[in-house]
Formats: sequence, C-alpha cells, structure tokens
Amino acid sequence: MNNRVINKRLDGLFKALGILTTVFGLSVLLVLFIDVFLDGASRLSLDFFTSFPSRKPEAAGILSAWVGTIWIMAVTGCIALPLGIGSGIYLEEYAPKNRLTALIEISIANLAGVPSVIFGLLGLGLFVRWFNLDRSVLAGGLTLAILVLPVIILSTREALRAIPFSIREASYAVGATKWQTVYCQVLPAALGNIMTGVILAMSRAVGETAPLITIGALTYIAFLPQAPVAFSGEFPFIHLSLQGLFDPFTALPIQIFNWVSRPQKGFSVNASAGIIVLLGITLAMNSVAIILRYRQRKKTRW
Amino acid sequence: MKKFLNLFIAISALIGGLSGQVFAASKLIKVDGSSTVFPITEAVAEEFQKENSGIKVMVGISGTGGGFKRFGRGETDISDASRPIKQKEVDLARENNIEYIELPVAYDGLAVVVSSRNTWADHLTVKELKKIWEPDAQGAVTKWSQIRAGFPDTELRLYGPGTDSGTFDYFTEAICAKSGASRGDYTASEDDNVLVEGVSSEANGLGYFGLAYYEQNKDKLKLVAIDDENDVNGRGPIAPSMETVMDSTYQPLARPIFIYVSVQAAQKEEVAKFVDFYLTHAGQLVKEVGYIPLPDTAYQAALERFNARITGSVFGSKGATIGVKIEDLLKRKK
Repeated sequence: MNNRVINKRLDGLFKALGILTTVFGLSVLLVLFIDVFLDGASRLSLDFFTSFPSRKPEAAGILSAWVGTIWIMAVTGCIALPLGIGSGIYLEEYAPKNRLTALIEISIANLAGVPSVIFGLLGLGLFVRWFNLDRSVLAGGLTLAILVLPVIILSTREALRAIPFSIREASYAVGATKWQTVYCQVLPAALGNIMTGVILAMSRAVGETAPLITIGALTYIAFLPQAPVAFSGEFPFIHLSLQGLFDPFTALPIQIFNWVSRPQKGFSVNASAGIIVLLGITLAMNSVAIILRYRQRKKTRW
Repeated sequence: MKKFLNLFIAISALIGGLSGQVFAASKLIKVDGSSTVFPITEAVAEEFQKENSGIKVMVGISGTGGGFKRFGRGETDISDASRPIKQKEVDLARENNIEYIELPVAYDGLAVVVSSRNTWADHLTVKELKKIWEPDAQGAVTKWSQIRAGFPDTELRLYGPGTDSGTFDYFTEAICAKSGASRGDYTASEDDNVLVEGVSSEANGLGYFGLAYYEQNKDKLKLVAIDDENDVNGRGPIAPSMETVMDSTYQPLARPIFIYVSVQAAQKEEVAKFVDFYLTHAGQLVKEVGYIPLPDTAYQAALERFNARITGSVFGSKGATIGVKIEDLLKRKK
C-alpha cells in the first residue's frame, strides 16, 4: 500500500466520523423533540396561552409566563445591547493596547464562562437587596443583562475584527475621522454578525432558569405586570407607564420548573407543552440569526 | 430619524404627568415560604383572585426557613411554614418590629415509602427508623439485614429531602430527637419527584416525603406503616391516611402546617380579607390539593385568633414540635 491509498482511506474514515457525530447531535435533538411533543402536544391550544397558572393542571396556562418572558427579554435587550455593543466597539477600535486593556479583555472572556447561578447570586445581592428592587421585572432583566453582556461584547469584537483593515485605511485616506470611519464603514459592514451574536446571546437568556430562581422568582403569579401602554377616552388618550418594571413576574422556564416538580401527572404534560413553546421561541430566534448572517454574506462587497 | 425623535419627546412630555389615574394602583399581597404549604396557598390565591379582581397575590417558594428570613425583614405579608417559627427567626422579626399571628391551616403526613418491588418491609418501628437515619448510621448501616433480623442481606439505598426543607427538620426532630440530626450519605433532593423516581426504581430503596407525593404515585411505591410503640397513639404499626392523621394515631410523622401573618400587614384591608378567605375556604381546598384538613372548629378558632390579633407562637419558638394533636392545638389556641 502506498501513501496515496492510506491517505485516501484516512480521508474517508474522517468523513464517516464527521457524519456520525453530526447525526448523533441531530438525533439527540430529534428524540428530545419527539418525546416532548408526544407528551405535550395535546395541551397546546389557545387556552394554554391565555390562561393563568392554576392548581388544576387542565385549566393551567402560561399567560403570565410568556408575558413575563417578553418583559424580561425587553429589559435585558435594552440594557445589554447598547452597553455590550458600545464596549465591544471601544475595546476593538479605540482602546490603546496596554496592560489595563489586556486585563479587561481577559476578565470579559472569563465572565463569559462563569456559571449562570453565580450571576443569579450577584443579582440577588446587588439588584434585589442593595438597590431594593425586590423580585421585580427590572431586577430579573438586569440580572440576565449582566449574564449576556460578556457574550455580546465578545461577539461584537469578533464581528469588528472580521472587517478587513484596508476598509478603515481607505476611509482615513479620504479624510474621515475615527468616528466617521466606525459609524459609516465598519459598523454597517459588521452589523449582521453583531446582530447574530446578540440574538444567540438573547436566545440563551430566554431559557435561563437558575439565575431567576436564585433571585427568588419561583413564584405563583396569576397576574401580569402593569402594561406599558393604556388607552382611555380622556386626554391625551394614549398613556405610558413604566410601573410594570417594578411588578413581580414569572417566566417560561420558571413555570416549567414549577410544573415538573408537582406530584400530579397532569402538570408534567403541561411542562412538556411549555417546553415545546420555549423550544419554538429558541428555534425562531436562532433562525433569525441564521437568516441575518446569510443576508450579510450576500451584501458583503469585498 | 431626528423628526421621529422630536415627535417622541413631544408625545412623552404631553403624556408625562397626566397618566396617573388611568393606571389604577393595584394592591399586592406577598406570600413566601414553605414548598409544602405552597399548593394550599396557591389554591386559595387562585380562588381569591377570581372573586377580587383588584387584588394581586404572589406566592413564592423559598422554603420555610427562607420564607421566615424574608418575613422577619418585613419583605412579605404572610409566610408559609411547615413547622413553627424558631427562636432565631423570632429574634429577627423582633429586631425589625414585626409581630406575627400564627394560624394552622392543615395537617400533613410524612410518608415513609419503599419500592413496590420490596416484599419484606411492611412496617418499621420508630427505633428502626432511628437506626437507619441517625448521624451515627453514616457508613455503618448499609444493609437491610442490619435493620431487622430476617430482612435480606442487600444494600440499603436511602432518599430524602435536603437540609433546607422543613420536612427534613421535622423528620429528624421526630425520629432522631434533634432537628437537623441525620446521616449525610443519602440521595438528597428538594424536588420530591426525584425522590419518588429514586425509590420506585430501586428495589432496595427507602425514602420519606409528603403524603401527597405518595398518593399520586401509589402504583410505583409501597407505604410503610409506622409503629411508635406507644399504645396511647393506637396499638401496632399504623399507615398514614386521612383518618389516621386526623385522629392522631399516625404518630410521630404527622404535623400541622401554618401560615404566619404579619400584624402590620394585617392592617391592610386586602391582607385581612385574604386571611379571612383563607380560613373560610381552607377546609375544602386543602382536601382538593391532597392535604388533610383540620376540623371545622379549628378553622373557626384560628379565625377568632386572627380577628383578635393574638400574636406569638403557641409552640414557644422551638421550631419543629413533635406529637401535636388537633385537640391540643385547639386548646392552646384559647
């Protein structure tokens, strides 16, 4: 046997191994999905989305849970997005390369790997107790925001680094300032990848249970936070309120966790139905991220 | 973009101060504490909110100890408790000028269970349970044959709640005569379903948890009758059931469970209304969620106690207290 034949065999072997691992990952997801679907699909109905939790499994729904999840995600996004993207831009484009920057970079990379419970404990001590926010939407949103912040910073930097340096040089060459270069050239080119990273980070946050349980959100709640907008007959007809930020909340993963630990069989069916909804949300968010990345690649001009 | 921003600022300025009355200030009642009491309070909260749409009730699960910590700091209005308040918790409440009214709401039986495949253990005495669970048993009592002559020489696998649980406090107090005294080499989980799965899948398993979890898993588990060798509480081994818990023959693993209401919070109309609703409807709702109701006279007495705002604990702040019968509870209330 000469080298050529051996190499070819090795090549084939590696290909088979690659296929095997891919199929393994996919089939685990598929089995999980089918199992949950068989258990929970029968509970998925409009009522399930419009009912509050209840002691009777067949009457219980996820209204307060999915509304709470949307609130939390909105708060998390509003805080983590500007902070994360801003820090990413600063560290990649502006920060001088010195020891302090290196220290900050290492810290952020480490933070991205810290288990989520730790962030929950931080949220409990800092937001719930010290800022006295209690178990509110704001406290939950802030906790998840600091959880996803390092991930967003890292993916922003990653996206900015992927922009060829020649683009920046060309911009400087025609007399643009640093900010003009970043704002008009680098950011638009990197936006697709930045958003992909942001969405992936958020879809991780959607399923987080541990930090929310740590801050004490494991709660029966059969009401919604105060809606931010209300309409009435009196002037000025549209009313805005941020009171909802300070209301207690529950969220989808917490509701699922609660149902799983109940003795009655009916609740585990509800939990499966809740998991289907949560999986659906995560899959939808990830698909948006993939579509964004795809369009970005098509737009790239160099 | 700029136009939109200006418009936005104009609108928000316009709306700013005028919106107060549209968003009616809703009333919120905060309950936290024991996961054992949770299903009862949840059921009451659900029915209460159906009748009183303006009042919101949130019911947390922090465990009896965790709940009392928050209660003592004045963070909650009502605390769910699966054992009476402890001195440490009384002190915390006193520091923060929180007075409390103690109200029993139901009885809970602790079930000692084995797998349905276990053919030998029908009953155990309290002494045998002590032999299994006491701290000295750690690493020493590892086989069924060590518990009683005649039991098979197979490994003993134990399952029980974690140390944060009021159930753990009560069981250790009742069996090992000291709250918290337990061997540590057993599978501990705060999630009772994990314990159910563990015991049922293990022919040599033994575990303890709330009776409600046995009721829902009768097909997989076998109940062990308990003999406290005290004929005053009925002769011989007695299995927990609605009857034996109510007539106090299932001893010592039956206990009353409570809610603690802050006197300061009870001044709020909605809290008083909620407690009144709780005690009036508890009898029926307790049964519905799988617990054992107190006699009607006990709820009546509790309501009187609440209306008279009688503060303090009738258990002398000792924490878990063993062998409390319903008649005693009533007598002590007066």
